[in-house]
Amino acid sequence: MDMKVAAKKLGLKERYAAMTRGLDWETTYQPMDTVYPYDKFEGIKIHDWDKWEDPFRLTMDAYWKYQAEKERKLYAILDAFNQNNGHLGVTDARYINALKLFLTAVTPLEYMAHRGFAHVGRQLRGAGARVACQMQALDELRHAQTQIHSLSNYNKHYNGFHDWRHMHDRIWYLSVPKSFFDDAVTAGPFEYMVAIGFSFEYVLTNLLFVPFISGAAYNGDMGAMAFGFSAQSDEARHMTLGLEMIKFMLEQDPANLPIVQGWIDKWTWRGVRMLTIVGMMMDYMLPKRVMSWKEAWEIYFEESGGALFKDLARYGITIPKCVAQATIEKEHITHQAWTTFYQYGAAAAFNTWIPEKEELDWLSEKYPNTFDKYYRPRLEYLGEQAKQGKRFYSTTLPMLCQCCQIPMFFTEPDDPTKICYRESDHNGEKYHFCSDHCKEIFDHEPEKYVQAWMPVHQIYQGNCFKPDVDPTAEGFDPLAAVLDWYNIQFGRDNLDFEGSEDQKNFDTWRQTAKSNG
Amino acid sequence: MAVVAVQAYTGEVRDRVENFHGNQLLYIGWEDHLMIASPLAFLFPPTMRFGDVLEKALPNAFGVHPEWEKIDWNQAQWFKSGQAWTPNFNQTLAENGLKHKDVLRFRTPGLTGIKGTCS
Ligand SMILES: [Fe+2]
Ligand SMILES: [Fe+2]
Repeated sequence: MDMKVAAKKLGLKERYAAMTRGLDWETTYQPMDTVYPYDKFEGIKIHDWDKWEDPFRLTMDAYWKYQAEKERKLYAILDAFNQNNGHLGVTDARYINALKLFLTAVTPLEYMAHRGFAHVGRQLRGAGARVACQMQALDELRHAQTQIHSLSNYNKHYNGFHDWRHMHDRIWYLSVPKSFFDDAVTAGPFEYMVAIGFSFEYVLTNLLFVPFISGAAYNGDMGAMAFGFSAQSDEARHMTLGLEMIKFMLEQDPANLPIVQGWIDKWTWRGVRMLTIVGMMMDYMLPKRVMSWKEAWEIYFEESGGALFKDLARYGITIPKCVAQATIEKEHITHQAWTTFYQYGAAAAFNTWIPEKEELDWLSEKYPNTFDKYYRPRLEYLGEQAKQGKRFYSTTLPMLCQCCQIPMFFTEPDDPTKICYRESDHNGEKYHFCSDHCKEIFDHEPEKYVQAWMPVHQIYQGNCFKPDVDPTAEGFDPLAAVLDWYNIQFGRDNLDFEGSEDQKNFDTWRQTAKSNG
Repeated sequence: MAVVAVQAYTGEVRDRVENFHGNQLLYIGWEDHLMIASPLAFLFPPTMRFGDVLEKALPNAFGVHPEWEKIDWNQAQWFKSGQAWTPNFNQTLAENGLKHKDVLRFRTPGLTGIKGTCS
């Protein structure tokens, strides 16, 4: 062995090169196409992987050291929060319902993001891109873990946190985030990178994390704030990776442009539809509000996203067509979504409610064009009914969109009083959609979406009961059987916040804490 | 178009009518009454009389709306996949030409929802 090489101490840059690309080689026993079987079928042409600009310049040992330090701080904050009964310091127990939704809808996606990046981090031919993806795969696994740890403390005190992973695969509204990510991870590695690395991480992530983290901080939840900030410090790297991938594909071959543009269009819309739930959380579930969904959309999409697409214009990328519709819908979707959750509140693993008067006033002020005209009378009527003991629970299942799987509550872009119905026929079978954009996604790859696990249809097929249940038995109660299969405990996890166990416990505990103090 | 995939494949149609044990899906929405937030999904046998849909199924689903009682069914307008459509109440779903996953809407002229907001 030649010891002279080892004696030389490497600089940071060389060390990085040695630890990433230096570990890569051209295979000879097997052709490269056999070793990397998935990075060509999508039609993306890459001529020179060496042109990839590594966005992280981070080696695994440095990553490890830095993240370990971050986690130590995070767990110190969590311990302090938990030991001091920090959960009693949040604004109002209604806030905790936003955490239930987060844990069941978003945390499992962090884990799926881990799997997705681990997969792509194996399948891309370029070593630089592979290493970057592997690093992000670890980030996403950490995000899932820190969220689970942070929120596990709430499970000691509140309902609805007890079986989030089981619920994620079953509950009707959780099929929205689940199918979103399943769509991404079943695509090829390049589409995945556009779907999650670019459209989600770069274009939409602020709309998820800003309301969530500032919402947690605003509402006194140091625990959730801690994991939020910890995750957010990784986001800069994730965003850079997503953007680098877009630019790399576009620079490598002009034929890549239409494919990339198609993916950006698709995944911006998929993301926008999924963020309906986040917008609803901002406008309805945070007792102390950070900003309205409309404001968040304007700042983080219209302004920041607008600047980004201007920057990408030199590659020939244009702003997705669906943005025009999303911009109109910013004044509507959160109200439409909350009314839906409210009426299906018997089948949700969190509590729902009609906002208080000051909250309705806030919504009127934030949505001057639409709230009083279309939504306030609806909510006020339902609120009055509830006060008279006639709380509205719908017992008939909703029609869903075959693509985003959201109940068909979205209205025509040019008429908020008309539900938007779209349909396609494929091989003699009908499929229904909430919008032109969801229909377009289906029409482009129908054989993918005909397989969708639509919760409403699955219930009607009898696939959402426990195995020992007999639906033909006398007095069979399908809702009860479905909730049992979801592991939602009737009267504890679901129904209205008013009169809920969480509401009572929180008030009692806070009183006790106050009188002891 | 074909799915962008490593090799050609066809998807399993998860909601084909055979999976519904002799029943079929029918979606129904009430125009201008969005307090009921979305159109609803019903499961009916194709031999069911259309009048029974109206008399037995819809009241459970839409009856909670304060304007339900005010509906004049002789005035109601029906649409199938957005096109004007006339049901025969004494015929079955199948005889009315309703197939699995068809979507119907009904409009009730003069009724415009809570405080006239189409709620
Ligand atoms: Fe993450
Ligand atoms: Fe959709």
